[in-house]
Amino acid sequence: MTEVLVEKHVLEYPGGYTRSVGPVIGRFLTGLRDGRIEGVRGSDGKVLVPPTEYDPYTAQATGEFVEVGPCGVVTAWTWVAQPRVDKQPLDHPFGWALIRLDGADTSMLHAVAVDGPDALSVGLRVQPRWRTERIGSIRDIEAFVPEGSEPLVIPEPAPDAEPVTGIVTPTRLEYEINAGTAPSKYLLGLAQGKMIGQRAVGSDQVYLPPRGSDPTSGEATEIEVEVADVGTVTTYCVVNVPGLSETSPEIPYVCAQILLDGANTPWFGLIQGLAADEVRMGLRVKAIWADVLVANAASVKWFEPNGEPDAPYESYREYA
Amino acid sequence: MAGIRTAVVGVGQTRHVSARHDVSIAGLVREAAVEALEDAGMDWGDIDAVVIGKAPDMFEGVLMPEMYLADALGAANKPMLRVHTAGSVGGSTAIVAAKLVMAGIHKRVLTVAFEKQSESNATWGLTVGMPFQAPLVAGAGGYFAPLIRAYMARSGAPRHIGHLVAVKDRLAALRNPKAHLHLADIDLKMVEESFLLWDPLRYLDVCPSSDGAMALVIGSEDVADAAPGPAAWIHGTAMRSEPTMFAGRDQINPQAGRDCAADVYAQAGITNPREDFDMAEVYVPFSWYEPMWLENLGFCAEGDGWKLTEAGATAPDGDIPWNPSGGVLSSNPIGASGMIRFGEAAQQVRERAGDYQVELKTGLALGQAYGGGSQFFSMWVVGNQKPE
Repeated sequence: MTEVLVEKHVLEYPGGYTRSVGPVIGRFLTGLRDGRIEGVRGSDGKVLVPPTEYDPYTAQATGEFVEVGPCGVVTAWTWVAQPRVDKQPLDHPFGWALIRLDGADTSMLHAVAVDGPDALSVGLRVQPRWRTERIGSIRDIEAFVPEGSEPLVIPEPAPDAEPVTGIVTPTRLEYEINAGTAPSKYLLGLAQGKMIGQRAVGSDQVYLPPRGSDPTSGEATEIEVEVADVGTVTTYCVVNVPGLSETSPEIPYVCAQILLDGANTPWFGLIQGLAADEVRMGLRVKAIWADVLVANAASVKWFEPNGEPDAPYESYREYA
Repeated sequence: MAGIRTAVVGVGQTRHVSARHDVSIAGLVREAAVEALEDAGMDWGDIDAVVIGKAPDMFEGVLMPEMYLADALGAANKPMLRVHTAGSVGGSTAIVAAKLVMAGIHKRVLTVAFEKQSESNATWGLTVGMPFQAPLVAGAGGYFAPLIRAYMARSGAPRHIGHLVAVKDRLAALRNPKAHLHLADIDLKMVEESFLLWDPLRYLDVCPSSDGAMALVIGSEDVADAAPGPAAWIHGTAMRSEPTMFAGRDQINPQAGRDCAADVYAQAGITNPREDFDMAEVYVPFSWYEPMWLENLGFCAEGDGWKLTEAGATAPDGDIPWNPSGGVLSSNPIGASGMIRFGEAAQQVRERAGDYQVELKTGLALGQAYGGGSQFFSMWVVGNQKPE
């Protein structure tokens, strides 16, 4: 059995997405910041909360705003017994509920803070618990609570504040990336200082890194082939744009397609050991391995000239 | 051309800018769609189905945005589907919409493509770091610059060719009020002195990052005959893809692009593209991709693309204008850019291109888009006459 490598991966845009919300959602969010909940009247006369920008029946732009609430009634609910830290609106067990605010014809999803599921029921009257610091967000309401269970404090609008036109929406997805069988063999090879490619039975085309099949035939690349850690720069560019990753190299750097001797697909690598303006197509280079080898492309620190004369263009033309 | 005769009967697009802070994504697509419906003389109720396209969801961080956009595009109770083929998506979305009409399934289809790139950063969205890999390629430019260098070596093209395209397309954009970039002082010197981002690509060799949307209304022959405005008849459509990396792959002149062109030309009866077309709108996000695609699309022999560019053949007053709208180099809402190419080609044969209208002789125009690592291609041929 081949060991299959798995690593954690987080997909997250640094700082969160900067979302412009448009005039309708903007007015709703401005209302929340000012302690007011507004919906829109649809073509059928019904009041939609939260508001939609376009009428669901006629597709016409909506525009007649209607203030609703602040109290309402639970129309459906569920119980969150074990909230996940920092991922949910409250850090203690709570209910998610659809709440039809007074004057609204649709229900809005929000959290309800009660002691336990026995305190929640369809038909329960609820009131908002507003945050002191409000920014124009659905979370300006901390949660709803049973009506009359605490004083209902209606916030004062902030004087002269500009309307809300945008929000920042952090989005974070956590994955476990499974490298797959063929790439794992290649990555484990890197951990031993070896470049291990693969080819299919009946083909002499060596893939490095391998993906497990030869895309030209669909055949599995079952045969492992160790290739050299020296090769030819087929083409390259000098990068002056800083990367957004913490581990990106310092600019300027030369990123090259390198055809390793014995391989038939290019390997993307960093070129060092000579000035950027001396790098050229056909340059012969060797891998400089890291002091500590790991099952990752970072095992190869970079490539440097190996002193051989440049390869003639015709020898790598079809790869560039 | 098989199936029911089909035409573009309405075209709409937003003004493209770096950031539309005043609208939501829904508001953005809506603007293009409303303009296309007005052009077609239709209302929301006239539309049978909606087809949406955009590039990766990571750009805006809204997963499956087509669902949230159903209200904005009047798609309630109608078939709605979303297409995704990376940067070529605007083109393939229009093709999917056209095929729904050609196949006789629907008579009037609204198709919309968009990107709102101000909500994140395209360089991040295109080259997110992944486990096991070294973070070497920074943005699309980092991927394509080495291929451009290889093209220069293969063709012997001199270094200024890309800059000529950078100037030509920005000058053209000055006649297009909807283009993102309006660089009134653009000249070779300005391009040559702009920052060297990914050598050999300078800042002005590269497309901008835009917020924008494009919409088309596509109708069957009877719908087009009854439409208030002229029709752009669809004479052929084709899509092709190939893997990003395989042994023997020609990354500079990809087989998928050549095969896609051969297919769409055969459908439309094109034998000599340089003579048979009045113009072309082609996806050129980096200046050098004009000479590279001139060859890939068969407008000249392999190795000669840069000579057409250098001779001015592709300028608005040349014998085969390419991107008289200003092209992707002047506006790039990525997901919409392919549909903008298709729509601008349609506007030319409808003689609706305003100050950048080319003279019609054959009445035929090409729209092309590509995406990924030059691995997805979509193309259509439109004309001012009905296909045979």
